[in-house]
Amino acid sequence: MSVFTIEAGLAFLGLVLLLVEAFKPDISRRTLGLTAIAGTVLALVLFVFAKHDTASLPGFIQPWHQLDTLALFYKGFALVITILVLWLTLECAPYLTRFTVDGKLAEMFSLPLIVCAGMMWMASARDLVTVFVSLELVTVSFYVLVAFARKSAFSLEAGVKYLILGALSTGVLVYGIAWIYGATGTMSFDGIAKALANPATSKTAALFGAAVLLCGLGFKVAAAPFHMWVPDVYQGAPTPVTAFLSVGSKAAGFVVLTRALDAFLAEGSIISTEIQSLLLVVGSLTALLGSLPAIFQTSVKRLLAYSSISHAGYLLLALACRDSVRFDLSSGGIVAFYLATYLPMTVLGFLGLGLMRANGLGEDIKDFAGLAKRNPQFALLMTISFASLAGLPLTAGFLGKLFVFLGLADHGYWGALSCAVIAAAAGFYYYFKTILAMYTTEGTDAPALTLSGATKAVAGALALAILILGVYPKPLQKVLTPVSATVVAK
Amino acid sequence: MSVLEIIIALPLLAALAVWLGAPARAASLGATLLNLIIVFITAVQYSGKAATGLAFTYSRPILDNPSLSFAVGADGVSLILALLTTLVMLAAIWQIQDRPAIFYVSSLLIGGGALGAFLTTDVFFIYAFHELALIPTFLMIALHGRAEPAQRKAVAWKATIYLGAGSLVLLAGLVWVVLEFSGGSKLTFDLEALRNQAKLTPLPDAKQAQIFFVLLLGFGSLVSLFPFHSWAAPAYATAPTPVAMLHSGVLKKFGLYGLIRIALPLLPQGAHVEWVQNALLLMLLGNILVMGLVTIHANRLDDTLANSSVMHMGYIFLGIAAGGEIALKGAVVLMFAHGISIALLFGLCGRMRNQLGTLEYNKLGGLATHAPAFTVLFAFGTFASIGLPGLTNFAGEVMIFVGSFTSFQAGVLSNLQWTVILALWGVVMSAVYMLRAYRSIFHGTPTTGLFMIDPAFSQRVPFIMLATTLLVTGCCPWLLLNLMKSAL
Repeated sequence: MSVFTIEAGLAFLGLVLLLVEAFKPDISRRTLGLTAIAGTVLALVLFVFAKHDTASLPGFIQPWHQLDTLALFYKGFALVITILVLWLTLECAPYLTRFTVDGKLAEMFSLPLIVCAGMMWMASARDLVTVFVSLELVTVSFYVLVAFARKSAFSLEAGVKYLILGALSTGVLVYGIAWIYGATGTMSFDGIAKALANPATSKTAALFGAAVLLCGLGFKVAAAPFHMWVPDVYQGAPTPVTAFLSVGSKAAGFVVLTRALDAFLAEGSIISTEIQSLLLVVGSLTALLGSLPAIFQTSVKRLLAYSSISHAGYLLLALACRDSVRFDLSSGGIVAFYLATYLPMTVLGFLGLGLMRANGLGEDIKDFAGLAKRNPQFALLMTISFASLAGLPLTAGFLGKLFVFLGLADHGYWGALSCAVIAAAAGFYYYFKTILAMYTTEGTDAPALTLSGATKAVAGALALAILILGVYPKPLQKVLTPVSATVVAK
Repeated sequence: MSVLEIIIALPLLAALAVWLGAPARAASLGATLLNLIIVFITAVQYSGKAATGLAFTYSRPILDNPSLSFAVGADGVSLILALLTTLVMLAAIWQIQDRPAIFYVSSLLIGGGALGAFLTTDVFFIYAFHELALIPTFLMIALHGRAEPAQRKAVAWKATIYLGAGSLVLLAGLVWVVLEFSGGSKLTFDLEALRNQAKLTPLPDAKQAQIFFVLLLGFGSLVSLFPFHSWAAPAYATAPTPVAMLHSGVLKKFGLYGLIRIALPLLPQGAHVEWVQNALLLMLLGNILVMGLVTIHANRLDDTLANSSVMHMGYIFLGIAAGGEIALKGAVVLMFAHGISIALLFGLCGRMRNQLGTLEYNKLGGLATHAPAFTVLFAFGTFASIGLPGLTNFAGEVMIFVGSFTSFQAGVLSNLQWTVILALWGVVMSAVYMLRAYRSIFHGTPTTGLFMIDPAFSQRVPFIMLATTLLVTGCCPWLLLNLMKSAL
């Protein structure tokens, strides 16, 4: 079975679930949710055992799709995050349905499947058309998901903001694609790389096109100065959707960025110096503008939103460091590694927020007060998640940051490195402020928190993943290492 | 599998077990006692060995390139510090009474983190374990410190900001070291590989000095090197007793250990380049003289102890600045001695506060009448702190002073020798403030009618253990020196 069939099947399952809900309105949301999860798990299993070379794809799709290590990694990544988000939705369902029009959640189970298919296609995109189509599939589905809790004014506000800015960024993206096509005469990444190596190509046009394209993608990954939508949208969207946006949508944006930058910064490219400086500046700004405002947040959800911006900054900086002989991982590999460590800690954090809501508590730092007394296990899990997000050594989060810092130091980008270090220091402050709140003795009279067995199992697995990746990252590096080989070969 | 891995894992596993509901006191005490026995046997084994250098090594690669591995290994210095850690851990945990489980968990984590930092030989893990130990320190000061909530939070944040910034400077220095000494095509964090490369291709002196200075600032602020010391005194005075014992006694030694373990071997000339040496000498004189005067003016016991702990770091820095073999070994002996004596004093101080509710000198007096055993134990700590011959601190201080005052020529004194002459006045200051504390607390007549009685024997055991250690290693310092046969 080819990978493409699995992806198509996943999108098809999404459509079927949508229809079932429309024609059989009395079906329970649990059945729908479990079907969606079962379908995605099945897709993951099939994906692991499917053929993993480009030749196995159907002939008509081969010119546009490739299956290199990077693509395979991000496809698996998309499947895993979708499973977790679906499960998180099921977990938050009793709370979420209070804000939906008819108490139904069907689209919350079917749209993620379609998003997942879109992300999987995006991972193997070979040219800008495929990028654009799959990116839109993802973004349009997210418009619906963000505004899903329609009775909540916050969710509506988030939906409108995301729609307007998303549509605008799509326009900018298409504009950039058009300029690049005009300058290089091709849409495929390989072709663009070749054309950019040719000194006859118009440098101004190519540079303008590339810069506009990066602006468009910058919206999607929340790079400064296009990051202003993130706090409001993340805060307003239902928590599972926020987790999906923060991990899935970000990963999708970065796989496209990796592909595009491989082309723009390829050997002999006429625009590589400018694009690289642009990345360093934007990356440093993003890290700082995400981290510093986070210091003043009182809502943990908003805090996570700001921190997610600063994580995007580190990832951009990683992309600015091109291949170095002193690392097995290429810049794309480091980004993938970082995202793989980012997945468990972010999902665990949002899972915690969702559980707080499900237990009738708020999402502010003061609501976390005394959590250790009320449920020590839950407090321990949250501590692991936040410590890893802060980048405490021996957790997964530290290794990702260490790679970025080492890469910057190796290339001698001292300015960017100091910005990244300042941002990381600020991160320590606001995450530990939250951790500290959990262990204070105030607020211990608030209602106790209960977790179901399944919740404990999933949360425990995520925490374990954070700790294991933090001390034994070798397997993950092995999965990602061929990435560097292919990238360098190009 | 190496015995060192067991030593590191035991406290961490015990902490996990207690957190998940195991009986806190029994599990913590059992694990710590067992660990002390294992460390002791390991140290005896090592001192019997003819060959020196790293022993009990074992390495588990966790990443190929950049090359990272969970590598353990110990030489005399790390074993002395491991002994110090397990001794202080046992005392700190033993003296906890009627406190929630988090006291045991945090003590185990601080001790386990310190053991990890002292016994691993991969720069990544050395750094990581130290951070692991710092977190519970901050949390405990903020949550269970002995002050009003707002004040203890402020103290905890101050320590966090100083130590966090220090850690970041340290990380920058370590990354610099890794980039400079990795050599060839592969980045490595393995200390032995870095050392070999440093021997093969030493850096020019000027560059060594720069890197050394960054490391000195990073490690130094962790050890409350003047002028990055102002977090330390309030933090120790506020911290819950076991945390004060463990941080001032054990964890603070990490910065000194790092200088001896990482900075000196990799950058042998770094400390001797003139501007670095002068800067270091000025800073350590700040520790000894300025903090000495500050300590004399303290009028509460916890203030005196906290400031004296900052002051005594100056002597150890002096040994590091001198860099000769005798001075360095003296620095290690003094690290051990100071750790034991300050833990003893903080432990007793915490007990006094629990019984009396105050530590101000003008409210106390004549306590020796009803608490003779307590007074004797306190006297051990006092006299060790002053540097009385027969207790370990004396051995360390003498070695440092003698080792630093080498190659004397009449008429021309080097900056180092001037520093030694000035630093000797620190001993006088120590005598002034410690004897004053001792006199006003235990002798004379009680001014407010406050009195205390001796703790039950089972509660005296941890302090007796520490006092005995001071006496034994003070009379026979060769027990420690035998562990450091090779040159440092």
